[in-house]
Amino acid sequence: MTMRQRIELTVNGRIRSVEVAPHHTLLDVLRDDLGLTGTKECCLVGECGACTVLVDDLAVDSCLMLGVEADGASVTTVEGLATGDKLHPLQEAFLETGAAQCGFCIPGQLLAAAALLANDPHPTRAAVEEGLAGNLCRCAGYEQIIEAVVVAARAGASES
Amino acid sequence: MTDPCVGMSPRRVGGRDRVTGRQAYVADIHLDDVLHAKLVSLDCARARIITVDTSAALAVPGVRLVMTAADLPQPVPRFGPQFQDRPVLAAGETHYHGEPLAAIAAETKDAAEEATRLVRIEYEELPAVFTIAGALDPMAPLVQDPALRPGDRLARSNVLREHHYGWGDVDAASADVVVEGTYAFPMVTQFAIEPHGFIAAPDSDGIAVWSSIQHPNWLQRVIASLLHLPLAKVRIFAPDPGGGFGGKQHAKYEPLVAFMALRAGRPVRLVLTLEETFQAVRRGASEIHVRSGFRSDGGLVFRDIEANYLIGAYADIADRTVAKGSYTSNGPYRVPAVRIVARSILSHTTPSTAFRGFGNPQQIWAVESNMDEAARALGIDPLALRLQNLAHPGEAFIPGDTPADGDWARTVERAAELIGWGSPPAPGRGRGLAVGLKSGPTTGLSNSIVRLLADGSVIVYAGTSDMGQGARTIFAQIAADELGAPLDWVTVVMGDTAVVPYDQQTSASRSSVFMGNSILLACRDIQAKIRAMAARLEPVDEAAVVVERGEVRIGGRVTPIRDVLVRGLGRLGGELIGIGEMRKEAEPEHPLGGTAAFFEFNCTAVEVEVDRETGDVVVARHVTVSDVGKAMNPIQVRGQDEGAAIMGLGHTLMEHIIHDEAGRIRNLGAIDYRIPTSLDLPLRMESDFVENADGPGPYGAKGMSEGALLCVAPAVAAAVHDATGVRIRDLPLSPERVWRALHDAAESPDAGAPEAIDAR
Repeated sequence: MTMRQRIELTVNGRIRSVEVAPHHTLLDVLRDDLGLTGTKECCLVGECGACTVLVDDLAVDSCLMLGVEADGASVTTVEGLATGDKLHPLQEAFLETGAAQCGFCIPGQLLAAAALLANDPHPTRAAVEEGLAGNLCRCAGYEQIIEAVVVAARAGASES
Repeated sequence: MTDPCVGMSPRRVGGRDRVTGRQAYVADIHLDDVLHAKLVSLDCARARIITVDTSAALAVPGVRLVMTAADLPQPVPRFGPQFQDRPVLAAGETHYHGEPLAAIAAETKDAAEEATRLVRIEYEELPAVFTIAGALDPMAPLVQDPALRPGDRLARSNVLREHHYGWGDVDAASADVVVEGTYAFPMVTQFAIEPHGFIAAPDSDGIAVWSSIQHPNWLQRVIASLLHLPLAKVRIFAPDPGGGFGGKQHAKYEPLVAFMALRAGRPVRLVLTLEETFQAVRRGASEIHVRSGFRSDGGLVFRDIEANYLIGAYADIADRTVAKGSYTSNGPYRVPAVRIVARSILSHTTPSTAFRGFGNPQQIWAVESNMDEAARALGIDPLALRLQNLAHPGEAFIPGDTPADGDWARTVERAAELIGWGSPPAPGRGRGLAVGLKSGPTTGLSNSIVRLLADGSVIVYAGTSDMGQGARTIFAQIAADELGAPLDWVTVVMGDTAVVPYDQQTSASRSSVFMGNSILLACRDIQAKIRAMAARLEPVDEAAVVVERGEVRIGGRVTPIRDVLVRGLGRLGGELIGIGEMRKEAEPEHPLGGTAAFFEFNCTAVEVEVDRETGDVVVARHVTVSDVGKAMNPIQVRGQDEGAAIMGLGHTLMEHIIHDEAGRIRNLGAIDYRIPTSLDLPLRMESDFVENADGPGPYGAKGMSEGALLCVAPAVAAAVHDATGVRIRDLPLSPERVWRALHDAAESPDAGAPEAIDAR
């Protein structure tokens, strides 16, 4: 049995202390150890973006980061976007434009978009295309996703 | 009535869970005491298995089961939607790169993973076939044991089936101009972002199976038959798939996981890696030869099509894609003589299966490219050539089948108008246009139950899978309008065969039509009860009561259904239950077993720029117009159209599975197999639809989720030709291929000419 290592991290504002296997990724820790299954698993090589989360406000493919590397970090997952029953403006915008189809890529898209708007509160369309280029959507709802990010930016998503 | 919901674009029903992370896909479901499964396969296309030693794998702490073919009933059970040819685990021989021959179940994923590396397999690699030419070589090894194909005259070849369709006499037809060419379509994979997931658990005297499947009722039959259980003892849970695109239609590893769970006496879960999904599902590749004969005025006089599809090692539903895609391959045109031959050719590759478009995009790539070449050869505008030959509404363009069920010229004209056909494109750009036609379902059966509860809220039970197309929203919209409930008072229950009545399948863009009609009928069933209730309460004769779209009308007085319901149910309360059934019976004499319930029709027009230095093709403008009958939810229609269009750009510009010389897939996974990202979009995408309420679905709707993918490739290739003068007949139009074609053309100006233009 591999030696497990205790880490402490803040996930969606809550401090979590968890014993993790040193070779497990942050994605494994979130999904399997903390039961936060909103973050999705697809390619496991950092290409599809389905597992995107914020680590200290940076968008990260959680399949490429070891759990132990997140010791002391603050992590935001899709479960942490809404405030109680009040959806984040990005979530509202995704619903409004019909951006969420099958929905599997959407948690990653939302977090990538949140990171984008934090850096660039009013991005151009080209900046949104660039900012979400690492998040594949096979329903190919890209037009609606881009529209949603623009709508959310207008609604002041970055201030929330 | 209250504001209608059908025809509007309310927020997606189930959307909130999709943006909060609460939507539970199969991999998100946790069962207590579950074992984690991993597959064991060989890194070669074909091998004879000599021995399998599982002792070291079993010794890994936490490993509870190592399953091989020897642990299954003998002979190893086989299954498949068309032929019972796929074994639960490979026995004796593996037939494609990645075919599992063993599976581990362990307490942790890590232990299962470790054990896969410790299964010792002695094997001999055998020669494999993985191209059409290789498979058709008389000396080629046989992919399927002829013993599996008793009484089949083709059993000693790799041709699984040969289909012949047509009418008129092609050989006797006299044409002024004949244009012919061979067009190749690559092997591509569905690449749903959710990798396939399966869980099975013993369930008292039966079994429960969770799967990301599109057809839960079909899976129920497969599992019941393999385990010799009554249907009622097989419970299939089918959570919304995270994308299906056809790849999740039919059973893959559910039977294996079910056998493992029964053997272990515990739940077993198997979630594929993306690489394993590439090795589980793909689209059939094809080489299609088209000869078209025209009068000099452009009228089509004959079409002669020979299509070879490379399917995989097992049939899955691939032969049906070949049959259905080929049957309509002449397209939406009026042609007096048509001859179609199509072959499903087995190979030592991933079993190909349904993929959005279902065998049609390959044919449409060939025939529409040929139409563009013909237009050039005839000196006729490609748009005019289409319009001239297009079937009129009501015209029997395929003898014996459903007549043309749309005003298709209007769709084509709308696309032409949007792209500005006739005005010159911007300098350096080229334009192309193509049309796509696909036959809808040929048979169908959708049952539904609708309950109108005591407060006027509604529960709909439908066995359809909502894999992103938005079926749940459409069903809720129909029930809301018919029963006069606000949309957020409607709940749609799906995905549990113990609760939800039978639905044949979620495929062929059928659900809005088939399940939509079924739900409409269930609502009408309730409306009839409301009518009787209103007549009793009033009292008046039932003939004096009209119930329609949420309202009860008696004379000039209009009452909401809810008011009648509350009074009618009285102090006991309770509910009204409606039952719906939409059925389209098989027609055994028909070549496909049934006529088309409807046709999907699309016209795509594009404007491209080609970088002569790099061969890169940029789609500057992409116009897609579909005939949808009635857009019950315009935002969802747009989402399906644009999504299909972009998926079509994938196989047009970048996607193809590459094999090495031994038949192994070289570009497994997301790094080496590229699909469109947000940086690959057309610079401008315009989608529109034609609504003539001429479909067989609710309010005149037709199915529409595949149309916009059908003819993307020939439209783009025609535009590349328009921009550069170079004709390319192989997909994808990758930068390398385009660059080479440009260079070849520069060196030998005839390189882009048709294979043959025979002007008589």
